[in-house]
Amino acid sequence: MSEQTTGEQLTGAQSLIRSLEYAGVDTIFGIPGGAVLPAYDPLLDSKQIRHILVRHEQGAGHAAQGYAQATGRVGVCMATSGPGATNLVTPLADAHMDSVPIVAVTGQVSSAAIGTDAFQEADIRGITMPITKHSYLVTDPADIPRTVAEAFHIASTGRPGPVLVDVAKDALQAMTTFDYPTQVSLPGYRPVTRPHGKQIREAARLIAAAQRPVLYVGGGVIKANASAELTQLADLTGIPVVTTLMARGALPDSHPQHLGMPGMHGSVAAVAALQRADLLITLGARFDDRVTGRLDTFAPGALVIHADIDPAEISKNRHADVPIVGDCREIITELIAVIEAAGTSAGSEEQTGWSEWSRSLAERYPVGYDAPDDGSLAPQYVIERIAAAAGPEATYVAGVGQHQMWASQFVGYERPRSWINSGGLGTMGYAVPAAMGAQVGTPERVVWAIDGDGCFQMTNQELATCALENIPIKVAVINNSALGMVRQWQTLFYEGRYSHTDLHTSSASRRIPDFAKLAEAYGCAGLRCDKPDDVDSTIAEAMQINDRPVVVDFGVHRDAMVWPMVAAGMSNDAILVARDLAPVWDREEEQ
Amino acid sequence: MRHTLSVLVENTPGALARISGLFARRGFNIDSLAVGPTEHPDVSRMTIVVNVEAQALEQVTKQLNKLVNVIKIVQLEPGAGVERELVLVKVRADAVTRGQVLETVQLFRAKVVDVDPEAVTIEVTGNPDKLAAMLRVLEPYGVRELVQSGMVAIGRGGRSITDRSLRTVTQTG
Repeated sequence: MSEQTTGEQLTGAQSLIRSLEYAGVDTIFGIPGGAVLPAYDPLLDSKQIRHILVRHEQGAGHAAQGYAQATGRVGVCMATSGPGATNLVTPLADAHMDSVPIVAVTGQVSSAAIGTDAFQEADIRGITMPITKHSYLVTDPADIPRTVAEAFHIASTGRPGPVLVDVAKDALQAMTTFDYPTQVSLPGYRPVTRPHGKQIREAARLIAAAQRPVLYVGGGVIKANASAELTQLADLTGIPVVTTLMARGALPDSHPQHLGMPGMHGSVAAVAALQRADLLITLGARFDDRVTGRLDTFAPGALVIHADIDPAEISKNRHADVPIVGDCREIITELIAVIEAAGTSAGSEEQTGWSEWSRSLAERYPVGYDAPDDGSLAPQYVIERIAAAAGPEATYVAGVGQHQMWASQFVGYERPRSWINSGGLGTMGYAVPAAMGAQVGTPERVVWAIDGDGCFQMTNQELATCALENIPIKVAVINNSALGMVRQWQTLFYEGRYSHTDLHTSSASRRIPDFAKLAEAYGCAGLRCDKPDDVDSTIAEAMQINDRPVVVDFGVHRDAMVWPMVAAGMSNDAILVARDLAPVWDREEEQ
Repeated sequence: MRHTLSVLVENTPGALARISGLFARRGFNIDSLAVGPTEHPDVSRMTIVVNVEAQALEQVTKQLNKLVNVIKIVQLEPGAGVERELVLVKVRADAVTRGQVLETVQLFRAKVVDVDPEAVTIEVTGNPDKLAAMLRVLEPYGVRELVQSGMVAIGRGGRSITDRSLRTVTQTG
């Protein structure tokens, strides 16, 4: 942070950069342009802030998200007015859906020109109102420090989310007195973090009485830095745990009570445990349709304890019998204290039997795959081997689609923030820029982007940024030459009519583009692997290259599918472990 | 079911857009919305009438509460508050019918605010039932033009919903 300079006369632009420094910013991803130009001048002099010049504003936004997801700190991106700002719309929507704390600073045309359809004018505050936690338009330079302080406070507290700060050009150019507030005052914003003691006791009572409880854990546990507490609660109670797509790594995958991921492509054990539970202990999760399947058939016999920092999530999709509003870490800590004090932690005989049943299901139906008959490469195998080579200390960042599901299934996550992806919005092209942001935020870690050939073509321009800025991410393009997840649905639900899903990126097709050559054109190392026997050596080679980004084009079998699967709109009871193959549920009960 | 919400909001640009946008986005229908200043210069008050089921009402309230500019939301219990709308209505009234129209105005304790050889313009306030009743009586004479405000509402008794919330605003400026 800069030395105390409150009361100094500065331009609005200097005040903005000084305010960002006061807010603790060390990195900004952005692109300058006309309206934001004044802010870029003092940025050149900042010793605290590293500005990373990206190639597209969407890359800046996702990089800020990756930075935030990897570090837990607020990510920052900057863009100019009009098209610069509108290119941030997707990352803002993504951050809003996944509760990622980012602040987007945009230049706006001068206040006198606002509303006149001026050159590069867009009402970005209006456009982003439904997809930001809050947003500001600043036209008075005196408001800049207070606005920045509020923006960071709002983005990072309560349920985290994106905040937009749009600053008119004349406000950046005018002289003002710099006065950074020591505290923010927002009468309409007081997130509740402390849970209600009565609700905690009621939850503990239900947990003690339950015969088939499940800990349904969402991304809020990672946001609340509550992984240690969650592990403690799981150990204390012996209750089976499922972690959603946003919560992978919240509890180590190696934990014996961990049943895997629930939902559309969840493990049989996780899905079945939720369906048969008599109590869901929901922690920082939101009953997303990809978890619940057809809502009125989800966990039909379960009472629900729902703990979330956002009161609006509680009873939004599923009625909560015991609502608890608060920070997950405080909630779990207090829950542990009450359970310990009551001496009910051991759990009933029924609970023990239930845990064993769910465990046996996990053993009987592990997430697996068949190697292709023709000797070509299984995408799941590639991802498994990357995980084996890079290990749990690495960070894995995915795009959206089949490769994302496989990366969630076939990497063993042992620590929070080791898995970064676009869950709610499902933004293809998330991986490369988000991996860039994660690598900048955690330079000591190995960062692997597990990407698809479709996703990779949406945002790979940021490889130039990575090469020039010395951000040595590793990218595995799981190349099945198709929009794989859409193709899978066409196989299953459209009689194999492959309407516009062939991307022609494989060696068997026209290989446009050639990803290895493309990587080299961007100053990265470009590797290629098409055979199972070459996978380990190729990964080892990629792991050795640390002076520049690496892209590995893994040519995989194009008919590989993501299993298990619950078809959209179906009950989770209709989970299939492979095409037309349902699990055998009641082996014990039959015997 | 109809519910009346009193919403205290910071008097900042964009607050109304945020609230109306939220209703549209979440698929809640607004029957009526009125907004205006309060006794405190930094705070505006909205009266929103929504027609939703109880569970949806809970979501409306919670989602509104998430807006940073929203300071407080109070649901007015049916019958526990005073609810008023204002109507200005231009009714055809010539020398023959004017007397009958003016009689109606008196009956409903309304007011004539403009007279013309062909028409009278009437101002009336009241709860929605009263306004509807009056308009039914005036209808046969010929309603030429009508404008109606959203409903404003306030709780009965000595208590104020603004006291505590406004204190915070005053402290923090």
